[in-house]
Amino acid sequence: MKAKLILENGMVFNGRAFGYLEETVGEVVFNTGITGYQEVLTDPSYYGQIVTMTYPLIGNYGLNLEDSQSQTPKVKGFIVREACDFPSNFRCEIKLNDYLRNNRIMALDQVDTRALTKILRNSGTMKGIIVLEELSESYVKEKLQAFTNKEAVFRVTTKDKYSIPGSGKHVAIMDFGIKANIINSFKQRGCKITVFPATAAYQNILSVNPDLIFLSNGPGDPEDLWMVIENLKQLIGKKPIVGICLGHQLLALALGGKTAKLKFGHRGCNHPVKDIEENRVYITSQNHGYFVEELPVDTLVTHVSLNDGTVEGMRHKTLPIYSVQFHPEACPGPRDANNIFDKFLEVLT
Amino acid sequence: MPLNKDIKKVLVIGSGPIVIGQAAEFDYSGTQACEALKEEGIEVVLINSNPATIMTDKEVANKIYIEPLTTNFIEKVIEKERPDSLIAGVGGQTGLNLSVALYEKGILEKYHVNVIGTSIESIKKGEDRELFREVMKSIGQPCIESEIIMDMESGKAYSKQLGYPVIVRPAYTLGGTGGGIANNEEELEVILEKGLHLSTIGQVLIERSVKGWKEIEYEVMRDQQGNCICVCNMENIDPVGIHTGDSIVVAPSQTLSDKEYQMLRSASIDIINAVGIQGGCNVQFALNPNSFEYAVIEINPRVSRSSALASKATGYPIAKVAAKLALGYGLDEIKNAVTQKTYACFEPSLDYVVVKIPKWPFDKFFNADRLLGTKMMATGEIMSIGSNFEAAFLKGIRSLDIGRYTLVHKDMEKLSLEELKEKVMAPDDERIFALAEMIRRDYRTEMITKTTGVDAFFVKKIKNIVELEEKLKTYTLDMLSKDDLLKLKKVGFSDRGIGDLMGVSPNEIYNLRMKWGILPVYNMVDTCAGEFEALTPYYYSTYNTYDEVQVSSKRKVIVIGSGPIRIGQGIEFDYASVHAVKALRKMGIETIIINNNPETVSTDFDISDKLYFEPLTEEDVLNIIDKEKPEGVILQFGGQTAIKLARFLTKKNIKILGTNSAQIDVAEDREKFDALLEELGIERPKGFAVRQMDVGLSEAKKLGYPVLVRPSYVLGGQGMEITYTEEELGYYLQNAFAKDNKNPVLIDKYLMGREIEVDAICDGEELLIPGIMEHLERAGVHSGDSITMYPTQNVSEAIKEKVLEYTKKLALGIGIKGMINIQFIEFREQLFVIEVNPRASRTVPYISKVSGVPIVELATRVMLGEKLSSIGFGINVYKEPEIVAVKIPVFSTQKLPLVEVSLGPEMKSTGEVLGIGIDIHEAMYKGFLAAGMLLKKKKGKVLATINDHDKAEFLSIAKDLYELGYSLACTSGTAKYLKQAGLQVEVVRKLTEEEPNILNIIKNMEVDLVINTPTKGKDATREGFILRRAAIEKNIEVITVLDTAKALIAATKRYNTDFAERNMNIYNMGK
Repeated sequence: MKAKLILENGMVFNGRAFGYLEETVGEVVFNTGITGYQEVLTDPSYYGQIVTMTYPLIGNYGLNLEDSQSQTPKVKGFIVREACDFPSNFRCEIKLNDYLRNNRIMALDQVDTRALTKILRNSGTMKGIIVLEELSESYVKEKLQAFTNKEAVFRVTTKDKYSIPGSGKHVAIMDFGIKANIINSFKQRGCKITVFPATAAYQNILSVNPDLIFLSNGPGDPEDLWMVIENLKQLIGKKPIVGICLGHQLLALALGGKTAKLKFGHRGCNHPVKDIEENRVYITSQNHGYFVEELPVDTLVTHVSLNDGTVEGMRHKTLPIYSVQFHPEACPGPRDANNIFDKFLEVLT
Repeated sequence: MPLNKDIKKVLVIGSGPIVIGQAAEFDYSGTQACEALKEEGIEVVLINSNPATIMTDKEVANKIYIEPLTTNFIEKVIEKERPDSLIAGVGGQTGLNLSVALYEKGILEKYHVNVIGTSIESIKKGEDRELFREVMKSIGQPCIESEIIMDMESGKAYSKQLGYPVIVRPAYTLGGTGGGIANNEEELEVILEKGLHLSTIGQVLIERSVKGWKEIEYEVMRDQQGNCICVCNMENIDPVGIHTGDSIVVAPSQTLSDKEYQMLRSASIDIINAVGIQGGCNVQFALNPNSFEYAVIEINPRVSRSSALASKATGYPIAKVAAKLALGYGLDEIKNAVTQKTYACFEPSLDYVVVKIPKWPFDKFFNADRLLGTKMMATGEIMSIGSNFEAAFLKGIRSLDIGRYTLVHKDMEKLSLEELKEKVMAPDDERIFALAEMIRRDYRTEMITKTTGVDAFFVKKIKNIVELEEKLKTYTLDMLSKDDLLKLKKVGFSDRGIGDLMGVSPNEIYNLRMKWGILPVYNMVDTCAGEFEALTPYYYSTYNTYDEVQVSSKRKVIVIGSGPIRIGQGIEFDYASVHAVKALRKMGIETIIINNNPETVSTDFDISDKLYFEPLTEEDVLNIIDKEKPEGVILQFGGQTAIKLARFLTKKNIKILGTNSAQIDVAEDREKFDALLEELGIERPKGFAVRQMDVGLSEAKKLGYPVLVRPSYVLGGQGMEITYTEEELGYYLQNAFAKDNKNPVLIDKYLMGREIEVDAICDGEELLIPGIMEHLERAGVHSGDSITMYPTQNVSEAIKEKVLEYTKKLALGIGIKGMINIQFIEFREQLFVIEVNPRASRTVPYISKVSGVPIVELATRVMLGEKLSSIGFGINVYKEPEIVAVKIPVFSTQKLPLVEVSLGPEMKSTGEVLGIGIDIHEAMYKGFLAAGMLLKKKKGKVLATINDHDKAEFLSIAKDLYELGYSLACTSGTAKYLKQAGLQVEVVRKLTEEEPNILNIIKNMEVDLVINTPTKGKDATREGFILRRAAIEKNIEVITVLDTAKALIAATKRYNTDFAERNMNIYNMGK
């Protein structure tokens, strides 16, 4: 059936509804990855967002039970140009439409996604609502105004602490909406892992006496998480700390830096990042709407985006603290920067 | 790392003549590389034997040598110019092989020339199969189980161990020449023998067949510091087993999940790191469709056909960036030319689908064996861009210029399901139409996938198209709703396709679209999927909502390109299109180019102000014209593809610049043209246009045999033949009328005289002939296949004057404004006109270069109203140069099984080389050397079978051969004649006689040359045909016209010593 996306600025994009047919509101963002829609759908960092893919044919290889980055899709909505209803891949276990319907995710296809992308690029990320019927302007306005994503992290973090055995270093993970392949990347390096909810108090974390604390990726504005930041402050100097994406931003805030919102974010698999320490460029997977605008004192930039010059990584001058904005765990995207996990563990030495 | 300041003067080696497997893509990449080097203030020295290229233009390099691509001649250039560096990876396999040869002969060391970019050591790691496998083993990359074989016995033993089928791949050849799949030992013997022979180092690889796996390619780049990026990946619709150059290819891959995509991407990067690439590289994988198992097929450590395609598919200029990397820059130091904000160190993101379809020469050679395999047969390709696969695919089909607008194919409709199944299992160029027909008859798509290896995804996409086609067949015009039509347009159907299926004219569909406002919009190819603002003026059509083209109010002109490279319409037309654009830009006019060939310079996005990458059909072109509203459209440079549009555009009230549609018609319509000749008092060989068999036969009788027959509206002599008897003519006419009953067939008296050709520019009042050319071969050989001499060597002043007079009369009589090409025959001191083309021809680039007259620029200016008298190159015949240039055609017939070798009225050559010398002899020698035809005495024996007409003439040739120290082997008739004249001849048995006979002599490669003048017609079972094929498949030169033989022997005779070659001059054409 016909449906449409109405943006905060009043622009309307017509399309056809698929997945779970129910009105949905969220922040509309675009992702430029050509492959990896399954990983995008299930990445908790997209919680609260309606994601549009710039690549026009989505669903070609279906979905499987192996590649998800969390147990369920986390997006608020999904917008594509053409949803494939006849996927082909030896691992394909479920079709895109069926997956979304079963997981109650509203989606739109037959949308001019390039036009939508250009609007978001020029006007910046904004809220949007996908509707199935004609609705009054005031209703839409109210719905959009009422939408907030401030609680996002608390919706996607683990409810309870859990452990994964390992013979190597003990990593305490603060889960703000962690992607499965981050945990895998530590597992592959033999780490013993304890995962804590975002709300875990610093005393609890220290009580397991980890070798390393890892701050995960996650959704939303880091500045909304003032309680978490206060908690983190208590960990600084006590244990080596590393982080990815939201974890990196929270670390910067806890150390006294500043974060800000990017006009339209970095979401895709083709972002060049220069590693200043190595003088090498890596093509990275990225997914962030906020960035570290001002580095904390006593930290150095380790990585910088070649596209817009924003900070992509930092290291503390004296403390064992190191974090990156991009996603070295890939999934989706290039695995070129996978050695960042080794560097995380080197912080210990 | 910044620019290496030690690099001041760089030698660039081009790829030579266009042959199958090495086409215009290297003009594109070479030109980009030269320009990228010049941009950095570096002096560029270029050597290329192919004059039809942009790269050999004055503006592209500082010093230009159109000389044979041999190490001797390159050494001459190095000695004279003393470049400090050589860039090896931009001249295709030819450039790469020559660079390695120069290195191995110590020439680079002798003159202190450094190889920049990918090193010789790395090239060898990538090219030498043994070294490559070692490298792959060391980094744990799986290769297909294989072994290097250097003789027949070990080949058989290994294949037995491996189990059939096996794939045979010769080392150091291009386009997989000499390779193939062997299903059993008999087949292996044939393929292996050929392969061992064709490999320059006598090596082939025998490998396990992974037929049916997916073939996936990655285009990757690496800088000196080891930064790597992947520009693009591509998925072949045809599975492994069909050469990628003969496969339909989609970019990006469609059926790979992120896991598989990244697995192969990481592998590509590991490989180029291990090999040590500094520049671009193509990596080909076979991927098991049922697991993560994969194997590296091969890499190309250079720019390639695939890299050209990837550049056009993404907007990322690989060759340009590769050149900068060779200079020492890092990927992060080179700006992205498209966005001019971001850097070259990123990976393009596509928000559209790209389809590449090969263009095969089988519309011309319908007797050829069309079976697709590991040897490439396509002469060119088209690319199309759409918002979905179906649209890109349908655009691609109509870009091929084969008269198809849908997947409906009458010949397929006639086949049974069994026959169709056979056709898709042993695929040929029409397999897609067979596959569509199977779907049409409800054959299970799962089984199609299983038997063909074409992924279910693509089969389903084709099914989508077929289902809509079937629905349309039941529609009448009043049933077609606005929503239906919009949907069809989104899926990529053309007005013509819809009209054909519904049985209405395309114009009726067009009118409906106008009524309902269904118009395409144009989106940009911007490398970044819209993420950043981009400045590339590179567009494709789609039926979306948002148009990204800014239409300016400036004065503007559209130039129509020539589409895919094919025999008869090659790179020369791209050369002309590019120069037209350059001329217009110089005049301050906004330029727009429409073309669909990804290999060419014209589709480089910074050539014109705007590039529309679109099919060249009436509808697609009109849509752009309707939108841009140019002052006019230029058709003269796009070959027959563009000229064909004249009538339609005129009907739509679009202004055609220069010669108009009615005038074009005078030149092309036989009856109108005859009337004009009558009026002007110019003679042509007597002839008639006939529409019926009996009329044809009776007219031919009146003319007297032999007669020349051809369809009207032809390209490159397509379907042209000389028939000697009524029976032959009858057979020809029957076929011709069956193929096309709308247009008449032309029958002419055949005159055996000297052919003279001119290209001229006419402004409506005055005329300029930049040069008069003389053909070496007597009339009857297609002008494109003739050796052409400029200036003329044997033409009298009186005839030259007559040429001018006739050319002027004809140009003014037709009303030419712009270019005209005329072919004459001088027969018994009389001049006859045989053909007039109201457009640029394939000789324009070379005459421009040798005469120094910028022909295309002058023609363009004239079309826009300037007068020749005020341009400064004078009128009438331009002065002759001091040097002599000989254009020699180059053939790819070897790569096309069962295609006739002998020369005739139908064009067969794919490319050309130029020999430049102080006199005709030096020029001829260089030309033959560059074309690879020069006699090299290995066996010291020549095989000759000469028909009765030619025997007397052959006598002097035979004597010359003796003088050169060759012995002759002949069949009885020829032998008898020569013996009577007192020559010693070895008599060999005929093909029909017991062995060892003439065929064994060829198969055992006992001779260096075969001279065979054919007797009649095209019949693949005939003796001569079999001999000629056998010879070229053994790499033995075959000459079928005595004029060619005479010239070749004269050249060999005069300059038969090394000493003479060493003393030859080289000429800088860049002055």
